[in-house]
Amino acid sequence: MKLFIGFVTKEFYHIFRDKRSLFILFGMPIVQILLFGFAITNEINNVDIAILDHSKDATTKEIINKISTSKYFSIKQHIEREADIETVFKKGKVKAVLNFEKDFSKNLIKDYQATVQIISDATDPNTANTISNYVSSILQNYLQEQNKGIKINYVIISQPRMVYNPELKSVYMFVPGVMTIILMLVSAMMTSISITREKELGTMEILLVSPIKPFQVIIGKVFPYIFLSIINAIVIVLLSIFIFKMPVQGSLFLLGVESVLFIISALALGILISTISATQQTAMMISLMGLMLPVILLSGFIFPISSMPVPLQIISNVIPAKWFIIILKGIMLKGVGLQFIWKETLILFGMTFFFIVLSVKKYKIRLE
Amino acid sequence: MNSNNVIQAEGLTKIFGDFTAVNAITFEVKKGEIFGFLGANGAGKTTAMKMLIGISLPTSGAAQVAGFDVFTKAEDIKKNIGYMSQKFALYDDLTVKENITFFGGIYGLSKVKIKIKTKELIDDLGLDEVANQLVGSLPLGWKQKISFSVALLHEPKIVFLDEPTGGVDPITRRQFWEMIYRAAHEGTTIFVTTHYMDEAEYCDRVSIMVNGKIEALDTPKKLKEQFQVDNMNDVFLKLARG
Amino acid sequence: MGILVSNISKSYKEVKALHNISFEVKPKELFGLIGPDGAGKTTLFRILTTLLIANEGKATITGFDVLNNFKDIRKHVGYMPGRFSLYQDLTVEENLKFFATIFGTTIEENYELIEDIYVQIEPFKNRRAGKLSGGMKQKLALCCALIHKPKVLFLDEPTTGVDPVSRKEFWDMLKRLQQKNITILVSTPYMDEAALCDRIALIQNGEILQIDTPENIVKQYSKVIYDVSANNMYQLINSLKAYQHQHSVYPFGEFVHYTDTRSDFNPKELKTYLEEQKLSNISIERTQATIEDSFMEMAK
Repeated sequence: MKLFIGFVTKEFYHIFRDKRSLFILFGMPIVQILLFGFAITNEINNVDIAILDHSKDATTKEIINKISTSKYFSIKQHIEREADIETVFKKGKVKAVLNFEKDFSKNLIKDYQATVQIISDATDPNTANTISNYVSSILQNYLQEQNKGIKINYVIISQPRMVYNPELKSVYMFVPGVMTIILMLVSAMMTSISITREKELGTMEILLVSPIKPFQVIIGKVFPYIFLSIINAIVIVLLSIFIFKMPVQGSLFLLGVESVLFIISALALGILISTISATQQTAMMISLMGLMLPVILLSGFIFPISSMPVPLQIISNVIPAKWFIIILKGIMLKGVGLQFIWKETLILFGMTFFFIVLSVKKYKIRLE
Repeated sequence: MNSNNVIQAEGLTKIFGDFTAVNAITFEVKKGEIFGFLGANGAGKTTAMKMLIGISLPTSGAAQVAGFDVFTKAEDIKKNIGYMSQKFALYDDLTVKENITFFGGIYGLSKVKIKIKTKELIDDLGLDEVANQLVGSLPLGWKQKISFSVALLHEPKIVFLDEPTGGVDPITRRQFWEMIYRAAHEGTTIFVTTHYMDEAEYCDRVSIMVNGKIEALDTPKKLKEQFQVDNMNDVFLKLARG
Repeated sequence: MGILVSNISKSYKEVKALHNISFEVKPKELFGLIGPDGAGKTTLFRILTTLLIANEGKATITGFDVLNNFKDIRKHVGYMPGRFSLYQDLTVEENLKFFATIFGTTIEENYELIEDIYVQIEPFKNRRAGKLSGGMKQKLALCCALIHKPKVLFLDEPTTGVDPVSRKEFWDMLKRLQQKNITILVSTPYMDEAALCDRIALIQNGEILQIDTPENIVKQYSKVIYDVSANNMYQLINSLKAYQHQHSVYPFGEFVHYTDTRSDFNPKELKTYLEEQKLSNISIERTQATIEDSFMEMAK
């Protein structure tokens, strides 16, 4: 126990005396979450749109007027034919086209129902989604005003149609992704660097020629980072709740337990990396190339797994981050309990166990 | 400046903040001399040498190296000196020939000249068989001999050697000193900074720095007589302990 | 029950680092391993401190086998690796405390052993190790290696890169430690440090050239050595090397160490020869062999 405390104290000295690692530990999570938070925002302003009005009657004019006076949209162009829709998109002049059907007013009066199609450029799916929501809500407002005092309700059906990326899955749920990246970075990269630093300095030689056992070194190395990673996880959750008003639907306790599980698996990966690299630089390269890139690219954080080529989809299964992101989304966004994510949890647990065994086995008791 | 002096320093001083690293040192080095510049770690010899090779500006004093002023003509100094340190000498991942070509290029030798010099150097050191091998695969002693020759490629007036022979086996070390003697004999001035006192024994004259000042400057023989000891190590011990 | 090394060999891929090394260090002996960089000293130290496994041969430290009983050895030896291997970002005191802890002891418990070394660095106990001078670092490293009262101390080139004053102090400390019943194996590339050891092994290219006391090694040098000097060192060396009876010619500080192939060598003859070579101020005097002369003769 004394040994453990001594070792952990030493590790904390290292961490707190190195400005670089302090920044990675505490600056990075905050910077990243703010960056992602504000870059992937739900607000739109003055988005350029085009109008294709087949009826050109009083109602459509009124609606168009309402849209153009809102601060969200500015009408860039009026087009006359369906064929022009493709052209304006290709030229990249507008983000969306509103297509009012023929005899809009007539239909509204006759059938109490008229249709406007919202065609949006989903190469930027997040914006596309937001645009169609905003247009819909303007239409709703318009209807509510019109329906006042009239007994029969008119309905305008808005038909959003996304082009170029029709499925639009898992896009702006950046918080689970960022949390995963940061926990991976802090846990895996920092541990692997801190172990290889001892190799580089030669202190590992002295540690080896001492009665201290490999598992004691590992636990002593890993403990401070478990502790710091948990703090990071808490900071991220707090930031997303209070700054981005992101509701956490599920149990915080479950969220905590799952996070610790993921942290441990990342730490084990870190140790594994340190056993195969001789210098801090190598450890850093392996962590970045071997862990961070897959986490960012293949975990479903930015690019939906379902739209990846099949081989990549298969590869994504061996990435712990993928499962952790599913778990996080489940808990944070859907508010589900363990009964819905036990499968993912079990997979993550299995992986963690495998990495721990492998890294303890690989840990060398001699040089070479 | 006396035309026979290749280095002439007068009251050369370097102050960092409130710390005087080099405190008004005055000395001269003659053409073709092997001059030992000794001192413990932190005595100021590295700082002094940096001023002499034109990479650090003195706080005050005056110095001329190879006829150029250290304050105003640093670039000319760099063209006229060679430098070899034990820590960094050659690129391990280049071959012997590639190293020579590279360093020749740095000093602006023409292609033809590099070719001639390369052949000369390889013949001289008997490196025919390893000329196309990576430097990293050669024994330490060879590397040091090659890097000394490389430092002489552009025929500098002075070569600065930083602890050149530490850790080398005794025979190779003597071969190394024979090369130094030859270079000196041919007119190149050799400036050796070291804290290995047995390297000092080989120098024509030595200066010993303690706490930023030159506390002794003479031939090893006279210093030993003056301090009544029989090696430079003991001279140093007596000086450093005051 | 000191150190016993028999027929140790070790290769890295193609390169043979150690070849059939055998020697014995008696308890409480100060044994020096003398040889240049690349001779295999560090590899041998790592094998003896259980950090590497030899390809062939056996070695025991205080009776424990380096392969099978490595855990026992790790409890009872102190090891100071070749380069400074302490935590640069921890203070002097924090380093010492940490190493005491991992060996399951405290500074107080074995203070008596390190006291006369530690008092020299105690004024700087709150300074980070990375900010110490070379000599101070070396003293701290020695304290850390001694903190658990080891029976055997392994010091790999402790004086490399350290100035003469600190070197002298360091050897004085080793002598005192010897009085406290510690067996010491120390390596150095400096031939002049050989004389400070009880016994030495000269090592080069992974092979041991000779093992004996420094006095005996010098005594066994069979040739008569002459200190030769003249007005021009470069010409002197060339002339001596061209002399038909020369056995060896080595520059040695301000002199050249010369040995002759003949048993009835007459210095006057050599002087005449050198004068014919247009050298002046010639002096030829008998001198004592040093460890370095012996080393070169054997390595020749």
